[in-house]
Amino acid sequence: MFFASRLSILCAVAMTVSPVFASTIKIGEVGSMSGSEATFGLSTHEGISLAVKEQNAKGGIKGKKIELINLDNQGKPEEAAVATTKLVTQDKVMAILGEVASSRSMAMAPIAQQNKVPMISPSSTNPKVTEIGNYIFRVCFIDPFQGKVMAKFAAEQLKAKRVAILRDVKSDYSVGLSNFFTEAFKQSGGEIVVDQSYSSGEVDFNSQLTSIRAKKPDAIFIPGYYTEVGLIAKQARKLGIKAPLLGGDGWDSTKLFEIGGKSLNNSYFSNHYSQEDQAPSVQNFIKSYKSEYNKVPDGLAAMGYDAAKVLFAAMEKTKSLASTEIRDAIAQTKDFPAVTGNITIDAKRNASKPAVVLEVKDGKFLYKSTVNP
Amino acid sequence: MAEFIQYLINGLSQGGTYALIALGYTMVFGILQLINFAHGEVYMLGAFTGLYTSKFAGAQISELFNRLLNGAPDQTSTLTAILTSIVIVLIAMVVCALVGLCVERLAYRPLRSSPRINLLITAVGVSLFFQYSGQIVFGSDPKAYPDLFENLESWTFGTDENLLVINPLQVFVFVTAIVLMLILRHIIFHTRLGRAMRAVSFNHDLASLMGIPTDRVIAATFMLGSALAGAAGVMVGMTYPKVEPLMGSLPGLKAFCAAVLGGIGNVTGAVLGSFILGLAEALLSGYGTPTYKDALAFAILILILLVKPSGLLGVHRTEKV
Repeated sequence: MFFASRLSILCAVAMTVSPVFASTIKIGEVGSMSGSEATFGLSTHEGISLAVKEQNAKGGIKGKKIELINLDNQGKPEEAAVATTKLVTQDKVMAILGEVASSRSMAMAPIAQQNKVPMISPSSTNPKVTEIGNYIFRVCFIDPFQGKVMAKFAAEQLKAKRVAILRDVKSDYSVGLSNFFTEAFKQSGGEIVVDQSYSSGEVDFNSQLTSIRAKKPDAIFIPGYYTEVGLIAKQARKLGIKAPLLGGDGWDSTKLFEIGGKSLNNSYFSNHYSQEDQAPSVQNFIKSYKSEYNKVPDGLAAMGYDAAKVLFAAMEKTKSLASTEIRDAIAQTKDFPAVTGNITIDAKRNASKPAVVLEVKDGKFLYKSTVNP
Repeated sequence: MAEFIQYLINGLSQGGTYALIALGYTMVFGILQLINFAHGEVYMLGAFTGLYTSKFAGAQISELFNRLLNGAPDQTSTLTAILTSIVIVLIAMVVCALVGLCVERLAYRPLRSSPRINLLITAVGVSLFFQYSGQIVFGSDPKAYPDLFENLESWTFGTDENLLVINPLQVFVFVTAIVLMLILRHIIFHTRLGRAMRAVSFNHDLASLMGIPTDRVIAATFMLGSALAGAAGVMVGMTYPKVEPLMGSLPGLKAFCAAVLGGIGNVTGAVLGSFILGLAEALLSGYGTPTYKDALAFAILILILLVKPSGLLGVHRTEKV
């Protein structure tokens, strides 16, 4: 323990001194490049890489090229913590971008905070993530808002009165979002008829769905990640459940269709942006992403791109690229024109932004509505 | 009532896949007193074999059956879907039998005369080897299984209040599992190979003195067990269309618990234990807390070791000194 704290002080000293003289600006990225949520990490990485490439083409930051160091956490919180420690102590990065999943961001944040390395999560929506310390930021909305969006959508657009919940007890994201949805839906006069749970990694949800079916809900809220959601949708339809399925931004992956197929028709989820948005910022981003990777970016790619852009803009504003300066500059971000909407970082280091509701239909995400905070 | 029956159906189809895995554990244990921890990974390899077979040859196989039976290449009926599935299951069984043979030949046989703990550690090593080389070869992101039964309607009984849904896939899995178990039973009790297997499991040295080629019998046991695990892998892949290289570890451990519950070394016991476990899990997640579903198997394991260590159908063997 003594050595550990000694080491971290040493590293903190090294951190504040060395980067100023380095020839490149090192930025760390931790993501799930493999594992069951691999598309999250891969999409985010593509978004970030595109932003880095564009910035370097413009001459980098303060004349220095950006060097992105990307580490895989295999979708495991403990690996995310190890990767963060490595980035901070060995690679001596100036800032960290990551993670998508809240559970993993929460494993990384204490390490970044302790070493005073600014960290921006592109798309972790659990409120607890940025509460860890004043070096931790995010560029996405948070779950209390996302829960409200879907509760409102269920009550007003779907006219649902009785909703069932199927949550992933292993994920901070899913548990948090379920609670916020429940709160908001009850406030609007609705009723949660049954609250069932599963653990991510499971494949059989027939029993939970059978007990949900018995309650005849108007809709089922499943705030999980795409791998399980695909299976759940399939099993739900096979059990004869026709009610619409609702979810959050954890659904955003093309793998969702590969697994769930047609069973996902009549499903809706909240997300950070819609590819159908005609705003020039969105269409320009889609164009350059397409020419780079030859595919349409999903929401997580857009969030990764935005997180990197916010960081670069903040770095440009600093005098000496010291970590306290970068931190302050990120905190002062105001009306930054990003792909997923204008970003203003609030006092709690969250971004306040609109959310979109998308409909899943025959392997496509169709734009349904936009909800402002 | 209908809800209860639905849980039973879900539990039976889950129990069927556990049973196919548990049989391999119990056969190998019966003959070598070795807990083959790599067994769950053979199941995973079976699932991947099924995945790639149906991806690259599934359409052709299905077309062939359609042409033979329906006269038109693109008319898929329940029968042709079932026949295609059976062919894919068979291919996976063959591949897994070969994998089982290789594992036995390369990893276990050289250690046959060494202390049992060495074998056990090797088994864990083989298991990790498959898990991690699987991640390199197949990639660690989950893969989606093509759905051969996509266009088939589920059978529904009863009306709104008492709805009961059985999907053809669940029935296919259950029936295939039962048929494979009956075949296995026939092999063990009514063939020369089965008699030799029973002899080797009774006393290895004595059997070899009687002229039984024990090495070959042990290899055959591994092949049989692995083939069943391969079949389970394909059927799980079809039912829950998501496969990944680490998918074998948890079902493997659960099937092991089921084998111990039924009495490890006992073939009927393994099947019984698996169905009990499958039903218990389905009922627990239906009426209780699904969060503890995975813990249930291990709770049962601890309980059975405390109360009746030889398992439900196991016979307590006195150690010969």
